[in-house]
Amino acid sequence: MSGTFVGMPAFPEAAREAVHNRTLRGNLRHATHTIRAKRAKAVAEVSDWDALREAGARIKDRTLRHLDRYLVQLEESVTAAGGVVHWAADADEANRIVAELVKATGETEVVKVKSMATQEIGLNEALEAEGIRAYETDLAELIVQLGKDRPSHILVPAIHRNRGEIRDIFAREMSEWGRPAPEGLTDTPAELAEAARLHLREKFLRAKVGVSGANFMVAETGTLVVVESEGNGRMCLTLPETLISVVGIEKVVPTWRDLEVFLQTLPRSSTAERMNPYTSMWTGTTDGDGPRAFHLVLLDNGRTDTLADEVGRQALRCIRCSACLNVCPVYERAGGHAYGSVYPGPIGAILSPQLRGTASEIDASLPYASSLCGACYEVCPVAIDIPEVLVHLRERVVQGGPVIRGGNKVVLKPAKGHAAERAAMRAAGWALARPGALRTGQRLASRTRRLHPRTLPGPGKAWTGTRDLPAVPSEPFRDWWQRTHGGKDGAK
Amino acid sequence: MSSRERILGRVRRALADGPPGEDTAVERGYLRQHGDLGTAQTVDLLAENLADYRAIVHRTDTEELPYLVARLLAERGSQSVLVPPGLPPEWMSAADATRVHDREVNTARELDKVESVVTGCAVAIAETGTIVLDGSPDQGRRRITLVPDHHICVVRVPEQVVSSVPQALERLDPARPLTWISGPSATSDIELDRVEGVHGPRTLEVVLVTAGT
Repeated sequence: MSGTFVGMPAFPEAAREAVHNRTLRGNLRHATHTIRAKRAKAVAEVSDWDALREAGARIKDRTLRHLDRYLVQLEESVTAAGGVVHWAADADEANRIVAELVKATGETEVVKVKSMATQEIGLNEALEAEGIRAYETDLAELIVQLGKDRPSHILVPAIHRNRGEIRDIFAREMSEWGRPAPEGLTDTPAELAEAARLHLREKFLRAKVGVSGANFMVAETGTLVVVESEGNGRMCLTLPETLISVVGIEKVVPTWRDLEVFLQTLPRSSTAERMNPYTSMWTGTTDGDGPRAFHLVLLDNGRTDTLADEVGRQALRCIRCSACLNVCPVYERAGGHAYGSVYPGPIGAILSPQLRGTASEIDASLPYASSLCGACYEVCPVAIDIPEVLVHLRERVVQGGPVIRGGNKVVLKPAKGHAAERAAMRAAGWALARPGALRTGQRLASRTRRLHPRTLPGPGKAWTGTRDLPAVPSEPFRDWWQRTHGGKDGAK
Repeated sequence: MSSRERILGRVRRALADGPPGEDTAVERGYLRQHGDLGTAQTVDLLAENLADYRAIVHRTDTEELPYLVARLLAERGSQSVLVPPGLPPEWMSAADATRVHDREVNTARELDKVESVVTGCAVAIAETGTIVLDGSPDQGRRRITLVPDHHICVVRVPEQVVSSVPQALERLDPARPLTWISGPSATSDIELDRVEGVHGPRTLEVVLVTAGT
């Protein structure tokens, strides 16, 4: 994964700042609570939700188990339908391929459909360096691009902005990029949407190159699917002469029929709709309709490393619906920027440290950005057990051990900063394996209970900063059990 | 080594922890359709769900259809209307608006000057309130239903209506470019609240037409 967020502080530091921002907390609370209730209603409408969820997880697992085969099959189908397939091992290679394809058309600007993969590889910045301007056309991406901001949500990258802030950004920045915002623009969502329509219309009509991602790729037919709401996706996918789609290798599904599961679960999970306004499906090129040239760039960028982890690989089932963000109590308070990645929230906390590795401070801290309440697992439409992967990654951070990075096996050293935790766990392990020592220790603790401090000294201080140290009982449980024969006859 | 070989090699090594096993089809415990509605009720559900996402729904029969289309275009004040090459001519027989025939040389900018478009569809899904276009001659190229701000889509009921998404996929040909439309263009990007009307047609009128007597 590219270094879009290089130098990010660890999650606790970034979050500390965010939770003191009252506007941000208000915006996030409003947006996540709105969507939460709606999602629950949309899901309750289908009586077989659990079966759809199960089937979705199984289809994705089947694909991952035979990923090499399905990628080769996809390549054959796309090629047979008139497309050209490229393979990119990492972000730099993908950016290079796209830049060269754009240059070959002689164009210096592209219109973009919202895409997590191109965010992940930092495509816009890479194209800028080659003298190519990329225009984001999704409303929320436009707000982020005009505001020189960073995305904070998978589905709604500008979720941290309220309508008043959006109005100000449009009024101030639109003239820099093209058609200015209408005079007297107010903050009603309908007027803001109209301003975006007018601003982007000109760009769509003149665009020669479109860049997209895809929600799904069907191996047996070579069909790509983009699910959207505004129509900007349709504009980018059908008006330009050249279309370049950058898609993660885990987005492939084996059969046409598999779409019937995800087209039911994705819209309900993400925007809480029975169906999103527009879904485009295309297979290679079609004579006389849409782009004459179609390029598919298949992106690895850490995905095969993630696939090598038996517990962590389930993160690759993700269909980027963002339901886990919307229910997460940590995300609701800390916001998306604190996660230091284009993938924030619970899924980001397990995806980013796997795609990028746990070497940086931010990535090593992400598995801890959770209270392990499990709400994310409950709502996940492909049943990713996010808490399980979080705990697994915490273990990796603390203990180190062998992992795959860039296709090679490396042995991670245990992370610094967990020395006290490791020492405490080692001591606990030693004592629990020796009943005699445990008994002696417990009795000693009981007898000295009046001398115990209320807070821990040293590295334990932070832990007791917000909690009371539990009081030690006057007598260990085992002693009480033996003395009273298990509390028989009401003995105390 | 090419990146293709590198990636495929990494995938194979990543999966070396267990036997690949037989690649068997997954169990599909979900329903083919929700509920067991009769034909008329399925069409009613389609109308209800289309309207729920702000499409304007009309019902008529084949004899009245030309007059309805003419009225909708007149009420909108449309001077010009795009027609795909294979649209049944009788649908437009009563309309006053100038018919613009889509040609491959038409640029997007030219299409942008046309106010309305009239098409048929490939299939409609009742449970989700969705119409699907597949580029057949009565629907035309994808761009003609995208650039104009007003789309009138004619659905032949009940024969073009299915209950569910799985039934729709069975009827569709993946080799054709497909556009699934559920209501007019919308966004949830401002405070996660749905607002209609961004880049696609802001007015979607769906005409459910039954065979005349």
